[in-house]
Amino acid sequence: MNTSALTSMTTVAPVALPAKNPMLTRTGWAAFIIALIVVCAVAPVLNLWVPEGSMFHMSTYAVALLGKIMCYAICALAMDLIWGYTGILSLGHGLFFALGGYAMGMYLMRQIGTDGNYKSNLPDFMVFLDWKTLPWHWTFSDSFMATMMLIVLVPGVVAFVFGYFAFRSRIKGVYFSIITQAMTFAAMLLFFRNETGFGGNNGFTDFKRILDIPIATPPMRMVLFVLTGLTLLGFFLFARWLISSKFGRVLQAIRDAETRVMFSGYNPIGFKLTIWTISAIMCGVAGALYVPQVGIINPGEMSPANSIEIAIWAAVGGRATLVGPIVGAFVVNGAKSWLTVAYPEFWLYVLGALFIAVTLFLPQGIVGLVKKWKGSRHDA
Amino acid sequence: MTPDLLEEGAKRLEKVRQAATEGKTESGGRAAGFSRVAQAGEVDVTHGRILYLEEVSVSFDGFKAINKLSLDIAPGELRCIIGPNGAGKTTMMDIITGKTRPDAGTVFFGSTIDLLRYTEPEIAQLGIGRKFQKPTVFEQLTVFENLELALKTDKGVKPSMFFKLDSSQGDRLGEVLHTIHLADSVGRLAGNLSHGQKQWLEIGMLLMQDPKLLLLDEPVAGMTDEETARTAELFLTLKGKHSLLVVEHDMSFIDTISDIVTVLCDGSVLAQGTLDQVQADERVIEVYLGR
Repeated sequence: MNTSALTSMTTVAPVALPAKNPMLTRTGWAAFIIALIVVCAVAPVLNLWVPEGSMFHMSTYAVALLGKIMCYAICALAMDLIWGYTGILSLGHGLFFALGGYAMGMYLMRQIGTDGNYKSNLPDFMVFLDWKTLPWHWTFSDSFMATMMLIVLVPGVVAFVFGYFAFRSRIKGVYFSIITQAMTFAAMLLFFRNETGFGGNNGFTDFKRILDIPIATPPMRMVLFVLTGLTLLGFFLFARWLISSKFGRVLQAIRDAETRVMFSGYNPIGFKLTIWTISAIMCGVAGALYVPQVGIINPGEMSPANSIEIAIWAAVGGRATLVGPIVGAFVVNGAKSWLTVAYPEFWLYVLGALFIAVTLFLPQGIVGLVKKWKGSRHDA
Repeated sequence: MTPDLLEEGAKRLEKVRQAATEGKTESGGRAAGFSRVAQAGEVDVTHGRILYLEEVSVSFDGFKAINKLSLDIAPGELRCIIGPNGAGKTTMMDIITGKTRPDAGTVFFGSTIDLLRYTEPEIAQLGIGRKFQKPTVFEQLTVFENLELALKTDKGVKPSMFFKLDSSQGDRLGEVLHTIHLADSVGRLAGNLSHGQKQWLEIGMLLMQDPKLLLLDEPVAGMTDEETARTAELFLTLKGKHSLLVVEHDMSFIDTISDIVTVLCDGSVLAQGTLDQVQADERVIEVYLGR
């Protein structure tokens, strides 16, 4: 009835409503396809088929490094969904990364079988602690399928429960950041203890096989590299889809004016909880891909500094852009792996300076800078 | 329950529906207000009131912001609220919309919905829209996206992921864009609009929600004279179909739109009547207008 009132008031000429934003632009899709080809075809060929002496050969070191950085990029992407778009800064995403990593690590430990130092069926650290049987939480660790499920479920459930109480209590802003930081720190202390059954401060290492196939061979490394690349690209598309839906716009609305969202009839708790859990699961999957590639997982991954670094990657690349945090993860970690070799003592200073510089001079990050540069070129 | 009781109930329900389709909203087409079948989600205005506040009190750190406030609004009424700063106007809106819980008193939407039992989003979905004193729009979203978010539809998480604007919703959006004079700015970011335009956009978002009751906190603050006149015109068209509760300081604006003005002071009603009546009231002059 309101509709007719409005119609009679103004003689309505049809308004041209803007066309729906596509998930990706044409150039976006082109870049996506190129990335897909590089990951699935170019990298394997350069690494496995081009002979080692050739200048086009991709070294095993490069494969390992890029594989690792792609895992970090998934975390940065996950951070962008929760921080860049929803405005909730998590300083505990390292926990979800580590939980996924530990779930994978448990499976890899069981895959060692009796080839460990003690030639026992139990993982070495348990023999060392004089344990006779597997603890209850290792029950499903010999099943690859169960492990795949745990990689999603454990970070997902932990995030859901934590998020439910935090968001229901309307904990916001810096208070939320601080408790996420406390959460990962508490988990780190717990995992450091031998009796928790996660290998104490040494964590898990010396992996031998995955799905009964030797893990440290070049083809296996390449398989893991391609899987990681596909996961990153898949998550990117998924994130794009989420953000270009109305759900994504509600997230941004929560970031900008949460009370208005509530008075528009949306319950922000459900939206925050959904994106928070999705974000945590992404990190968990990244952790699970990371562990077989670097060959170790220990409680150090849960240290507060690691979680803060994820936020730095997102900030450097450019928040609320999805591509930015991925770029940020590559730039920062590329610089890190070069600097820690060339000038090891300077890395932390550089990281700190980078964070300050980005906050002061590049609030939109690298992507923002590129956009600005493109814009000014168009104006000229 | 015996079958004939069920039958009886079905008959009554049918009667109620019939009455509603005939447009007999005030009394539901019945002589007396008993043996009524309440329907979920329906605002019962058969008693001639869409909003009741009774003996509502709330205090913050010992300061009584609202003190035994009683107020009621008829369906289709446009009520203006005036009062000096700190009279409790905004707090009253906070209570109606679920943002603040009162220490005592009752707040009903229609005869059947106890608003104190609902959260802010639920109250918004029941049909109460609110405009804030400071215009609050989603600055990083376009005008179009702002209105689309406000559109009355299923606002759960999953429906939002798969939401697609259908053509009738698109038409409605177009109409609202015309009404708020922002048809040329569909694609602009809300953050780049002028102050007055933001006010309009926020009013447009309320219209998209299609609320039964609109609470408007200083809707014409910061508007030009022309914009104010247009707003008055809009409110007068909304009156009758929607109930409006307008808090304003602009007396000439109130003069244009108001039937009944309620004066709040120190958290309760000081006077009520036409603008002329309240302006002539000694107590009102003393606390508010005379200063």
